Amino acid sequence: MIEIHEGGISSTVQDLGRSGNYHIGMPPSGAMDSYAHTVANYLVGNEADAATIEMTYQGITATVREDAVIAVTGADMSPSVNGDPIGMWETVAVEAGDELAISFATDGARAYLAVAGGIDVPNVMGSQSTYTLVGIGGHEGRGLEDGDRLAIGNGDGVSSAGGETASPEELVGTELAEEYVPDYAEEDSVRIVLGLTDYRLTDDAKETLCDTEWKVSPEADRTGYRLEGPDIEFKEREQPFGAGPNPSNVVDLGYPVGSIQVPQKPIVLMQDAVTGGGYATVGTVISVDRGLLAQRQTHKTVAFDAVDVEAAISAREQQTERLEAIEAEIAGER
Amino acid sequence: MSETTTINSPMPGVFYRRPDPDEERFVEVGDQVEEGERIGLVEVMKNFHDIEAPEAGTVVEFLVENEGEIEADQAIARLE
Repeated sequence: MIEIHEGGISSTVQDLGRSGNYHIGMPPSGAMDSYAHTVANYLVGNEADAATIEMTYQGITATVREDAVIAVTGADMSPSVNGDPIGMWETVAVEAGDELAISFATDGARAYLAVAGGIDVPNVMGSQSTYTLVGIGGHEGRGLEDGDRLAIGNGDGVSSAGGETASPEELVGTELAEEYVPDYAEEDSVRIVLGLTDYRLTDDAKETLCDTEWKVSPEADRTGYRLEGPDIEFKEREQPFGAGPNPSNVVDLGYPVGSIQVPQKPIVLMQDAVTGGGYATVGTVISVDRGLLAQRQTHKTVAFDAVDVEAAISAREQQTERLEAIEAEIAGER
Repeated sequence: MSETTTINSPMPGVFYRRPDPDEERFVEVGDQVEEGERIGLVEVMKNFHDIEAPEAGTVVEFLVENEGEIEADQAIARLE
Protein backbone atom coordinates (compact mmCIF):
# COMPACT_ATOMS: atom_id res chain seq x y z
CA MET A 1 0.00 0.00 0.00
CA ILE A 2 1.13 3.52 -0.78
CA GLU A 3 -0.01 6.29 1.54
CA ILE A 4 -0.14 9.70 -0.12
CA HIS A 5 0.90 12.82 1.82
CA GLU A 6 1.03 15.50 -0.86
CA GLY A 7 -0.85 14.83 -4.06
CA GLY A 8 0.97 17.42 -6.17
CA ILE A 9 -1.14 19.64 -8.40
CA SER A 10 -2.72 16.99 -10.60
CA SER A 11 -1.80 13.37 -9.97
CA THR A 12 -4.11 10.65 -11.23
CA VAL A 13 -4.07 6.88 -11.66
CA GLN A 14 -3.88 6.03 -15.38
CA ASP A 15 -3.42 3.00 -17.61
CA LEU A 16 -3.50 2.87 -21.41
CA GLY A 17 -7.06 4.12 -21.51
CA ARG A 18 -10.73 3.29 -21.65
CA SER A 19 -10.97 2.56 -25.34
CA GLY A 20 -14.08 1.27 -27.08
CA ASN A 21 -16.57 3.74 -25.61
CA TYR A 22 -15.99 6.76 -27.82
CA HIS A 23 -19.34 6.31 -29.59
CA ILE A 24 -21.20 6.99 -26.34
CA GLY A 25 -19.20 10.15 -25.73
CA MET A 26 -16.63 8.60 -23.39
CA PRO A 27 -13.08 9.76 -24.13
CA PRO A 28 -10.27 7.24 -23.58
CA SER A 29 -8.47 9.01 -20.71
CA GLY A 30 -5.29 7.04 -19.96
CA ALA A 31 -1.67 8.14 -19.71
CA MET A 32 -1.00 11.39 -21.61
CA ASP A 33 2.50 10.13 -22.45
CA SER A 34 1.88 6.45 -23.13
CA TYR A 35 5.56 5.85 -23.97
CA ALA A 36 6.79 6.97 -20.54
CA HIS A 37 3.92 5.11 -18.84
CA THR A 38 4.68 1.88 -20.73
CA VAL A 39 8.43 2.03 -20.09
CA ALA A 40 7.78 2.61 -16.37
CA ASN A 41 5.71 -0.58 -16.33
CA TYR A 42 8.32 -2.58 -18.24
CA LEU A 43 11.02 -1.46 -15.79
CA VAL A 44 9.11 -3.07 -12.91
CA GLY A 45 8.07 -6.17 -14.87
CA ASN A 46 4.43 -5.16 -15.46
CA GLU A 47 2.39 -5.40 -18.62
CA ALA A 48 2.14 -2.08 -20.51
CA ASP A 49 -1.46 -1.58 -19.40
CA ALA A 50 -0.90 -1.79 -15.62
CA ALA A 51 -2.05 1.35 -13.77
CA THR A 52 0.60 3.95 -12.88
CA ILE A 53 0.40 7.34 -11.17
CA GLU A 54 0.63 10.23 -13.62
CA MET A 55 1.96 13.41 -11.96
CA THR A 56 1.73 16.81 -13.65
CA TYR A 57 4.37 19.49 -13.00
CA GLN A 58 4.69 18.46 -9.36
CA GLY A 59 5.12 15.00 -7.89
CA ILE A 60 3.67 13.27 -4.86
CA THR A 61 5.15 12.60 -1.48
CA ALA A 62 4.15 9.28 0.02
CA THR A 63 5.05 6.56 2.48
CA VAL A 64 5.45 3.10 1.01
CA ARG A 65 3.77 0.71 3.46
CA GLU A 66 5.15 -2.54 2.02
CA ASP A 67 8.30 -3.65 0.23
CA ALA A 68 7.94 -2.80 -3.44
CA VAL A 69 9.77 -2.33 -6.72
CA ILE A 70 9.19 1.02 -8.43
CA ALA A 71 10.28 3.12 -11.40
CA VAL A 72 9.75 6.81 -12.21
CA THR A 73 9.81 7.87 -15.86
CA GLY A 74 8.75 10.85 -17.98
CA ALA A 75 9.45 14.42 -16.90
CA ASP A 76 12.48 14.73 -14.62
CA MET A 77 11.03 15.38 -11.15
CA SER A 78 14.14 14.59 -9.09
CA PRO A 79 12.65 11.63 -7.19
CA SER A 80 14.13 10.56 -3.87
CA VAL A 81 13.69 7.82 -1.26
CA ASN A 82 14.29 8.84 2.36
CA GLY A 83 15.99 11.97 1.03
CA ASP A 84 18.46 10.09 -1.19
CA PRO A 85 18.05 10.80 -4.92
CA ILE A 86 17.04 7.88 -7.11
CA GLY A 87 17.42 7.75 -10.88
CA MET A 88 14.69 8.42 -13.42
CA TRP A 89 14.05 5.55 -15.91
CA GLU A 90 15.50 3.07 -13.43
CA THR A 91 14.19 0.10 -11.40
CA VAL A 92 14.42 0.79 -7.67
CA ALA A 93 13.61 -1.35 -4.61
CA VAL A 94 11.83 0.34 -1.70
CA GLU A 95 11.06 -1.04 1.74
CA ALA A 96 8.06 -0.72 3.99
CA GLY A 97 8.27 2.65 5.74
CA ASP A 98 10.33 4.37 3.05
CA GLU A 99 9.43 7.97 2.25
CA LEU A 100 9.09 8.65 -1.43
CA ALA A 101 9.35 12.30 -2.53
CA ILE A 102 8.92 13.33 -6.12
CA SER A 103 9.70 17.00 -6.66
CA PHE A 104 8.74 19.28 -9.56
CA ALA A 105 9.36 18.94 -13.28
CA THR A 106 12.51 20.56 -14.63
CA ASP A 107 12.35 18.90 -18.06
CA GLY A 108 8.93 17.85 -19.39
CA ALA A 109 5.56 18.14 -17.69
CA ARG A 110 4.42 14.64 -16.65
CA ALA A 111 6.11 11.85 -14.73
CA TYR A 112 4.90 8.28 -14.18
CA LEU A 113 5.34 6.18 -11.06
CA ALA A 114 5.00 2.46 -11.73
CA VAL A 115 4.93 -0.18 -8.99
CA ALA A 116 5.48 -3.89 -9.62
CA GLY A 117 2.00 -5.41 -9.59
CA GLY A 118 0.39 -2.14 -10.68
CA ILE A 119 -1.70 0.36 -8.74
CA ASP A 120 -4.75 -1.65 -7.69
CA VAL A 121 -7.88 0.42 -8.29
CA PRO A 122 -11.23 -0.87 -9.60
CA ASN A 123 -11.73 -1.48 -13.26
CA VAL A 124 -14.45 0.82 -14.63
CA MET A 125 -15.71 0.16 -18.18
CA GLY A 126 -12.57 -1.77 -19.04
CA SER A 127 -9.96 0.59 -17.59
CA GLN A 128 -8.42 1.78 -14.34
CA SER A 129 -7.83 5.27 -15.76
CA THR A 130 -9.15 8.29 -13.92
CA TYR A 131 -11.56 10.53 -15.82
CA THR A 132 -11.90 13.42 -13.40
CA LEU A 133 -14.47 15.44 -15.37
CA VAL A 134 -17.16 12.86 -14.59
CA GLY A 135 -15.43 11.38 -11.55
CA ILE A 136 -14.93 7.77 -12.62
CA GLY A 137 -11.99 5.36 -12.58
CA GLY A 138 -8.68 5.65 -10.78
CA HIS A 139 -8.83 6.45 -7.09
CA GLU A 140 -12.41 7.64 -6.42
CA GLY A 141 -12.49 9.28 -9.84
CA ARG A 142 -10.27 12.18 -8.76
CA GLY A 143 -6.75 13.47 -8.33
CA LEU A 144 -4.71 12.14 -5.39
CA GLU A 145 -4.82 13.95 -2.05
CA ASP A 146 -3.28 13.80 1.40
CA GLY A 147 -4.36 10.64 3.20
CA ASP A 148 -5.25 8.58 0.13
CA ARG A 149 -4.19 4.94 0.37
CA LEU A 150 -3.50 3.08 -2.83
CA ALA A 151 -3.25 -0.71 -2.86
CA ILE A 152 -0.52 -2.38 -4.86
CA GLY A 153 -1.66 -5.18 -7.18
CA ASN A 154 -0.76 -8.79 -6.51
CA GLY A 155 0.92 -9.26 -9.86
CA ASP A 156 -1.97 -10.34 -12.12
CA GLY A 157 -0.67 -7.91 -14.69
CA VAL A 158 2.96 -8.94 -14.41
CA SER A 159 4.70 -9.46 -17.73
CA SER A 160 5.78 -12.90 -18.85
CA ALA A 161 8.15 -11.56 -21.52
CA GLY A 162 11.05 -13.89 -22.13
CA GLY A 163 8.93 -16.99 -21.55
CA GLU A 164 9.18 -17.10 -17.78
CA THR A 165 7.35 -15.20 -15.09
CA ALA A 166 9.22 -12.03 -14.23
CA SER A 167 10.40 -11.49 -10.71
CA PRO A 168 10.44 -7.72 -10.20
CA GLU A 169 13.19 -7.97 -7.56
CA GLU A 170 15.54 -9.29 -10.22
CA LEU A 171 14.98 -6.15 -12.27
CA VAL A 172 16.22 -3.83 -9.50
CA GLY A 173 19.10 -1.71 -10.76
CA THR A 174 17.97 -1.83 -14.39
CA GLU A 175 18.59 1.50 -16.13
CA LEU A 176 16.90 2.27 -19.42
CA ALA A 177 19.50 2.55 -22.21
CA GLU A 178 20.32 6.20 -22.95
CA GLU A 179 19.08 5.95 -26.55
CA TYR A 180 15.53 5.32 -25.29
CA VAL A 181 15.38 8.25 -22.84
CA PRO A 182 13.58 11.21 -24.45
CA ASP A 183 14.96 14.75 -24.19
CA TYR A 184 11.72 16.68 -23.88
CA ALA A 185 13.39 20.09 -24.14
CA GLU A 186 14.60 19.18 -27.63
CA GLU A 187 11.26 17.98 -28.93
CA ASP A 188 9.52 21.15 -30.06
CA SER A 189 7.86 19.82 -33.18
CA VAL A 190 4.95 17.40 -33.35
CA ARG A 191 3.65 15.77 -36.50
CA ILE A 192 0.08 16.33 -37.62
CA VAL A 193 -2.12 15.00 -40.38
CA LEU A 194 -4.20 17.81 -41.92
CA GLY A 195 -7.98 17.28 -41.91
CA LEU A 196 -10.72 16.19 -41.42
CA THR A 197 -12.04 19.65 -42.26
CA ASP A 198 -8.96 21.62 -43.28
CA TYR A 199 -10.83 22.53 -46.49
CA ARG A 200 -12.41 25.23 -44.32
CA LEU A 201 -9.03 27.00 -43.95
CA THR A 202 -7.62 29.50 -46.43
CA ASP A 203 -4.32 28.46 -48.03
CA ASP A 204 -2.59 31.16 -45.98
CA ALA A 205 -4.11 29.77 -42.80
CA LYS A 206 -2.82 26.26 -43.55
CA GLU A 207 0.66 27.73 -43.96
CA THR A 208 0.30 29.72 -40.75
CA LEU A 209 -0.80 26.61 -38.88
CA CYS A 210 2.36 24.76 -39.91
CA ASP A 211 4.87 27.67 -39.90
CA THR A 212 4.12 29.09 -36.46
CA GLU A 213 5.93 28.47 -33.22
CA TRP A 214 2.78 28.08 -31.12
CA LYS A 215 3.05 28.86 -27.44
CA VAL A 216 1.44 26.50 -24.92
CA SER A 217 -0.97 28.58 -22.80
CA PRO A 218 -1.61 28.05 -19.06
CA GLU A 219 -4.83 26.34 -20.17
CA ALA A 220 -3.18 23.09 -21.16
CA ASP A 221 -4.31 19.99 -19.33
CA ARG A 222 -5.58 16.45 -19.83
CA THR A 223 -8.61 17.76 -21.70
CA GLY A 224 -6.91 20.04 -24.19
CA TYR A 225 -3.87 22.13 -24.99
CA ARG A 226 -4.84 25.69 -25.84
CA LEU A 227 -2.14 27.37 -27.91
CA GLU A 228 -1.33 31.05 -28.41
CA GLY A 229 -0.24 32.56 -31.71
CA PRO A 230 -1.52 34.31 -34.84
CA ASP A 231 -5.11 34.25 -36.07
CA ILE A 232 -6.19 31.39 -38.31
CA GLU A 233 -8.55 32.50 -41.10
CA PHE A 234 -11.40 30.37 -42.37
CA LYS A 235 -12.80 30.63 -45.89
CA GLU A 236 -15.99 32.60 -46.43
CA ARG A 237 -18.96 30.35 -46.78
CA GLU A 238 -22.72 30.19 -46.59
CA GLN A 239 -23.72 28.78 -43.20
CA PRO A 240 -24.80 25.17 -43.80
CA PHE A 241 -28.00 23.86 -42.25
CA GLY A 242 -27.10 22.39 -38.87
CA ALA A 243 -23.82 24.31 -38.43
CA GLY A 244 -23.19 27.22 -36.06
CA PRO A 245 -22.71 30.77 -37.34
CA ASN A 246 -18.98 31.08 -36.53
CA PRO A 247 -16.73 30.44 -39.56
CA SER A 248 -15.00 27.71 -37.53
CA ASN A 249 -18.32 25.84 -37.13
CA VAL A 250 -19.25 22.84 -39.22
CA VAL A 251 -22.08 20.33 -38.96
CA ASP A 252 -21.23 18.16 -35.91
CA LEU A 253 -18.58 15.51 -36.38
CA GLY A 254 -16.67 13.07 -34.19
CA TYR A 255 -13.41 14.63 -32.97
CA PRO A 256 -10.33 12.45 -33.43
CA VAL A 257 -8.24 12.24 -30.23
CA GLY A 258 -5.40 14.71 -30.83
CA SER A 259 -7.46 16.81 -33.24
CA ILE A 260 -6.90 20.54 -33.52
CA GLN A 261 -9.90 22.83 -33.49
CA VAL A 262 -9.75 26.59 -33.81
CA PRO A 263 -12.68 28.24 -32.02
CA GLN A 264 -10.41 31.30 -31.64
CA LYS A 265 -6.92 30.04 -31.04
CA PRO A 266 -6.01 26.38 -31.66
CA ILE A 267 -6.91 23.76 -29.06
CA VAL A 268 -5.45 20.25 -29.34
CA LEU A 269 -7.87 17.75 -27.84
CA MET A 270 -6.15 15.34 -25.46
CA GLN A 271 -7.08 12.15 -23.57
CA ASP A 272 -10.03 13.52 -21.55
CA ALA A 273 -11.56 15.69 -24.29
CA VAL A 274 -15.08 15.92 -25.61
CA THR A 275 -15.63 13.31 -28.35
CA GLY A 276 -17.54 15.33 -30.92
CA GLY A 277 -19.09 18.66 -31.75
CA GLY A 278 -19.43 21.44 -34.25
CA TYR A 279 -15.92 22.88 -34.62
CA ALA A 280 -13.86 22.20 -37.70
CA THR A 281 -10.95 19.89 -36.84
CA VAL A 282 -8.24 21.23 -39.13
CA GLY A 283 -5.60 18.66 -38.26
CA THR A 284 -4.78 15.83 -35.85
CA VAL A 285 -1.58 15.31 -33.86
CA ILE A 286 -0.37 11.79 -34.69
CA SER A 287 -0.75 9.33 -31.82
CA VAL A 288 2.99 8.84 -31.26
CA ASP A 289 3.58 12.59 -30.88
CA ARG A 290 0.65 13.25 -28.52
CA GLY A 291 2.92 12.11 -25.72
CA LEU A 292 5.56 14.65 -26.73
CA LEU A 293 3.00 17.46 -26.78
CA ALA A 294 1.84 16.31 -23.31
CA GLN A 295 5.41 16.91 -22.09
CA ARG A 296 5.54 20.54 -23.34
CA GLN A 297 5.30 22.88 -20.37
CA THR A 298 3.09 25.95 -20.34
CA HIS A 299 4.84 28.89 -22.10
CA LYS A 300 7.07 26.56 -24.14
CA THR A 301 6.60 26.51 -27.89
CA VAL A 302 5.49 23.79 -30.26
CA ALA A 303 5.43 23.65 -34.07
CA PHE A 304 3.25 21.46 -36.29
CA ASP A 305 4.90 19.39 -38.98
CA ALA A 306 2.34 18.12 -41.55
CA VAL A 307 2.76 14.48 -42.62
CA ASP A 308 0.48 12.02 -44.43
CA VAL A 309 -1.44 9.14 -42.88
CA GLU A 310 1.14 6.56 -44.09
CA ALA A 311 3.89 8.43 -42.23
CA ALA A 312 1.71 8.54 -39.11
CA ILE A 313 1.06 4.79 -39.24
CA SER A 314 4.72 4.10 -39.92
CA ALA A 315 5.69 6.25 -36.89
CA ARG A 316 3.29 4.21 -34.78
CA GLU A 317 4.83 0.94 -36.00
CA GLN A 318 8.31 2.24 -35.19
CA GLN A 319 7.15 3.23 -31.72
CA THR A 320 5.68 -0.24 -31.17
CA GLU A 321 8.94 -1.86 -32.30
CA ARG A 322 10.91 0.46 -30.03
CA LEU A 323 8.77 -0.51 -27.04
CA GLU A 324 9.10 -4.21 -27.90
CA ALA A 325 12.88 -3.78 -28.05
CA ILE A 326 12.84 -2.03 -24.66
CA GLU A 327 10.70 -4.77 -23.12
CA ALA A 328 13.05 -7.44 -24.47
CA GLU A 329 16.18 -5.60 -23.28
CA ILE A 330 14.76 -5.15 -19.79
CA ALA A 331 13.72 -8.82 -19.67
CA GLY A 332 17.26 -9.70 -20.78
CA GLU A 333 18.65 -7.90 -17.73
CA ARG A 334 17.31 -10.59 -15.46
CA MET B 1 24.75 40.09 7.58
CA SER B 2 21.48 38.53 6.63
CA GLU B 3 21.13 35.68 4.22
CA THR B 4 18.89 35.95 1.20
CA THR B 5 16.87 33.14 -0.27
CA THR B 6 14.63 33.11 -3.29
CA ILE B 7 11.09 31.83 -3.46
CA ASN B 8 10.80 29.72 -6.58
CA SER B 9 7.73 28.48 -8.38
CA PRO B 10 7.46 24.69 -8.64
CA MET B 11 5.34 25.04 -11.78
CA PRO B 12 5.03 27.17 -14.90
CA GLY B 13 2.05 29.49 -15.25
CA VAL B 14 0.89 33.03 -14.65
CA PHE B 15 1.90 34.70 -11.39
CA TYR B 16 -0.54 36.77 -9.33
CA ARG B 17 0.22 38.88 -6.30
CA ARG B 18 -3.39 39.23 -5.15
CA PRO B 19 -6.15 36.70 -4.51
CA ASP B 20 -8.60 38.70 -6.62
CA PRO B 21 -8.19 41.79 -8.84
CA ASP B 22 -10.20 43.85 -6.29
CA GLU B 23 -8.29 42.71 -3.23
CA GLU B 24 -5.07 43.71 -1.51
CA ARG B 25 -1.79 42.10 -2.44
CA PHE B 26 -0.78 39.14 -0.28
CA VAL B 27 2.47 40.86 0.74
CA GLU B 28 4.43 44.01 -0.08
CA VAL B 29 8.17 44.54 -0.35
CA GLY B 30 9.42 45.14 3.20
CA ASP B 31 6.78 42.92 4.82
CA GLN B 32 7.73 40.22 7.31
CA VAL B 33 6.49 36.78 6.32
CA GLU B 34 6.19 33.56 8.28
CA GLU B 35 7.32 30.18 7.02
CA GLY B 36 4.54 28.78 4.84
CA GLU B 37 2.86 32.17 4.37
CA ARG B 38 1.24 32.67 0.98
CA ILE B 39 2.99 35.32 -1.10
CA GLY B 40 1.27 34.76 -4.43
CA LEU B 41 -0.60 32.44 -6.73
CA VAL B 42 0.34 30.64 -9.91
CA GLU B 43 -2.39 29.83 -12.40
CA VAL B 44 -1.96 26.76 -14.56
CA MET B 45 -4.40 24.15 -15.89
CA LYS B 46 -7.38 26.33 -14.84
CA ASN B 47 -6.37 26.17 -11.17
CA PHE B 48 -4.59 28.51 -8.81
CA HIS B 49 -1.76 27.19 -6.65
CA ASP B 50 -0.36 28.90 -3.57
CA ILE B 51 3.23 30.06 -3.58
CA GLU B 52 4.50 29.97 -0.02
CA ALA B 53 7.55 31.36 1.72
CA PRO B 54 9.95 28.45 2.41
CA GLU B 55 11.12 30.19 5.61
CA ALA B 56 10.41 33.29 7.69
CA GLY B 57 11.98 36.57 6.56
CA THR B 58 11.51 39.97 5.01
CA VAL B 59 10.43 40.32 1.41
CA VAL B 60 13.22 42.30 -0.27
CA GLU B 61 12.18 42.20 -3.88
CA PHE B 62 9.73 40.69 -6.35
CA LEU B 63 11.46 39.34 -9.44
CA VAL B 64 8.23 38.76 -11.38
CA GLU B 65 5.47 41.29 -12.02
CA ASN B 66 1.83 40.65 -11.25
CA GLU B 67 0.35 38.57 -14.10
CA GLY B 68 3.87 37.83 -15.34
CA GLU B 69 4.63 34.56 -17.09
CA ILE B 70 6.83 32.19 -15.15
CA GLU B 71 8.58 28.92 -15.82
CA ALA B 72 9.08 26.03 -13.43
CA ASP B 73 11.81 26.77 -10.86
CA GLN B 74 11.87 30.48 -11.74
CA ALA B 75 12.65 32.78 -8.78
CA ILE B 76 9.62 34.91 -7.91
CA ALA B 77 10.83 36.90 -4.92
CA ARG B 78 13.80 37.37 -2.63
CA LEU B 79 13.61 36.97 1.14
CA GLU B 80 16.14 38.18 3.69
